[in-house]
Amino acid sequence: MRLKIEKRHENASTFSVLLMSILSVVVSLVILGFIILSLGKNPIEAYIQLVSWPLGTIAGLTQTLISMMPLLFTSLGLVIAFKMKLWNIGAEGQFYMGAFGATWGALFLFNHISNPWIMLPLLALLGAGIGAGWGALAGVMKAQLGVNEILSTLMLNYVAIYWVNYLVYGPWKGAGSYNFPITATFPKSAILPQYTANGINLGIFLAIATSFFVYYLLRWTRFGFEIDIAGDNPKAAEYAGVNVKKMVIIVMIVSGALSGLGGMMQMSGVLFRLQPNFSPGYGYTAIIIALLARLNPFVTVAVAFLFGGLIVGTQQIQLFLQIPFSLVNAFQGLLLFSFVAGEALLHYKLRWVRA
Amino acid sequence: MKYRFAFLVALLLIGVLAFASPLKIGFIFVGPINDNGWTQAHYDGGVLALKKAFGDKVQITYIENVPEGAPSLNVLNSLASRGFKLIYATSFGYMNQVMQAAKKHPNVIFEMCSGYELASNVGEYFGRMYEPRYLSGLIAGAMTKSGKIGYVAAYPTPEVVRGINAFTLGVRAVNPRATVHVVWTYSWYDPPVEKEAALSLINAGCDVMAQHQDSPAAVEAAQSKGVYAIGYDSPNMGKFGPDAYLTSPIWDWSAFYVPNTKEVLDGTWKSEAYWKGMKSGIVKLAPMSKLVPLSVKKLVTAMKDEIISGRFHVFEGPIYDQNGKLRIPAGKIMSDDALLSMQWFVNGVVGKIPKK
Repeated sequence: MRLKIEKRHENASTFSVLLMSILSVVVSLVILGFIILSLGKNPIEAYIQLVSWPLGTIAGLTQTLISMMPLLFTSLGLVIAFKMKLWNIGAEGQFYMGAFGATWGALFLFNHISNPWIMLPLLALLGAGIGAGWGALAGVMKAQLGVNEILSTLMLNYVAIYWVNYLVYGPWKGAGSYNFPITATFPKSAILPQYTANGINLGIFLAIATSFFVYYLLRWTRFGFEIDIAGDNPKAAEYAGVNVKKMVIIVMIVSGALSGLGGMMQMSGVLFRLQPNFSPGYGYTAIIIALLARLNPFVTVAVAFLFGGLIVGTQQIQLFLQIPFSLVNAFQGLLLFSFVAGEALLHYKLRWVRA
Repeated sequence: MKYRFAFLVALLLIGVLAFASPLKIGFIFVGPINDNGWTQAHYDGGVLALKKAFGDKVQITYIENVPEGAPSLNVLNSLASRGFKLIYATSFGYMNQVMQAAKKHPNVIFEMCSGYELASNVGEYFGRMYEPRYLSGLIAGAMTKSGKIGYVAAYPTPEVVRGINAFTLGVRAVNPRATVHVVWTYSWYDPPVEKEAALSLINAGCDVMAQHQDSPAAVEAAQSKGVYAIGYDSPNMGKFGPDAYLTSPIWDWSAFYVPNTKEVLDGTWKSEAYWKGMKSGIVKLAPMSKLVPLSVKKLVTAMKDEIISGRFHVFEGPIYDQNGKLRIPAGKIMSDDALLSMQWFVNGVVGKIPKK
């Protein structure tokens, strides 16, 4: 007897895809439970902490929504790129560049503008524009020189992070920061409307609205159609008259613009001052979210919401069970791992065959 | 009638429970509680000392490795909205988020370590670490043979600059030609970087190492290269360099945490900027190791008494800066405001404070 891997001929049904997604979450939760058990803590208590606060209380839900916002912008950006099988790993860098753009605008370029309804659109344009430029760099390299976009976007992340660090440690260090790396606070006009004392802000609703925009773009426009065929079969797309090189650049621009917009919203909506490490890796978590959502913009909203809850929930585990922070990353890794394993099972089956 | 009675009983029970329920206290740490340095000093002098002092009257939780800046905001909000009434934020880089969270939760008391902004529900606390640092400088000045002393420092904030200056004043009091060489790591806690910085200073000829870092990595580096080391934060650092370790300026945070928590329990807490010195016991010089000669020990003990009695002040003029400019004239003592915003090095420091 030995194990044989065979390709499945039929396509996976929606039901089995859903089942697989739920299963991969369950499996990673179970493994997480064993890790928590090995630390000498009660996993049931941990699950309760993980869910009850972020999803079960108003204050917790608020925190979840705020954590969802940057995740949603970045993962929607990735959905567009991944649809074309352009593996943009650079959402983190594009997010950083968007935050850089917003800070540049708010503190230096437009700091004399006191009307928020002029200021905020300008900042959004600047953040999205610089994020788009950062995406375009990788897009042009891919289209003109054939540079692998996984490598170029990943490396551009470091450039973006160090660029922001340079500014915050150096020329942008704010007055009153006492030589600690942090910029001055945004002027009032550069702050998004806040609806509750706990920080529900306009950015959250704009993020959800963006999912409708992405759905419309992918489903109902010629551009979305071309992304689809260029992703499925670039050769056939060329025959059908699609300029695939141009598409690569445009898609990277749109993808980067959405992540950059996320960076701007995070600055104007939540943080108001630029600091090193202001992102705990949103752009990387977004990769998992986009894949788990199977590149559907609406499902992305749900998954980003759950991941926002996960961020808040794991903090509760840390607070009340004193479990180390690295567990958050371990859990996300587990999720991705079981998702990829499940994906393989959708397309292949294992069979015992007699030798 | 019956219902009303049951309702009253329930109300009474809730009232009693609310009254009897312990004060919920949360600590936010920038490193792990077993770092043998800064965070451990807060854990020992905070979490452990408060449990010992108040028992059932307090319920304490803590969270380790919270990055400074934005990520700490969620943690602060979670604590504040989950019934924690007293929150100690133990690193400078949380200040911006503490101010943000304090505005949203006016009924929660926040205490911010080493910051400078106050609000009606935000207090600040810190210690005059420059006093024991001066004493450790006396030892370093007496022990160096090359006349070059290395100093591994985190960020060029006033707190760190002040420590380097006090240390250098101590060095120069016994060894007027010695120099103190500064390297910035831009991190409070990053053992590999701290070690590299220490090694580079030792390779450049420094034969005594001092530090403003939360880990004992510089002490380890000194041990491996056979030079002397002065730790920081906690006397535990001695374990990492038995043939190198001289002493450490250390924290005893219980001198602040216990009375402060008591004020909150008693309802007498008021927002203030707590900044006390060796006299209060919040800062100390750890016992000097056997490597320190008796004559030096005597000198240090004598100076310690002078500082505690208030007869000697570390930042009393004449003090010159790196360029030889007289900054504090003879007989004048630097004001607290000037100390808290110090952004220049005294004569004898080799290094630069990055300008914007």
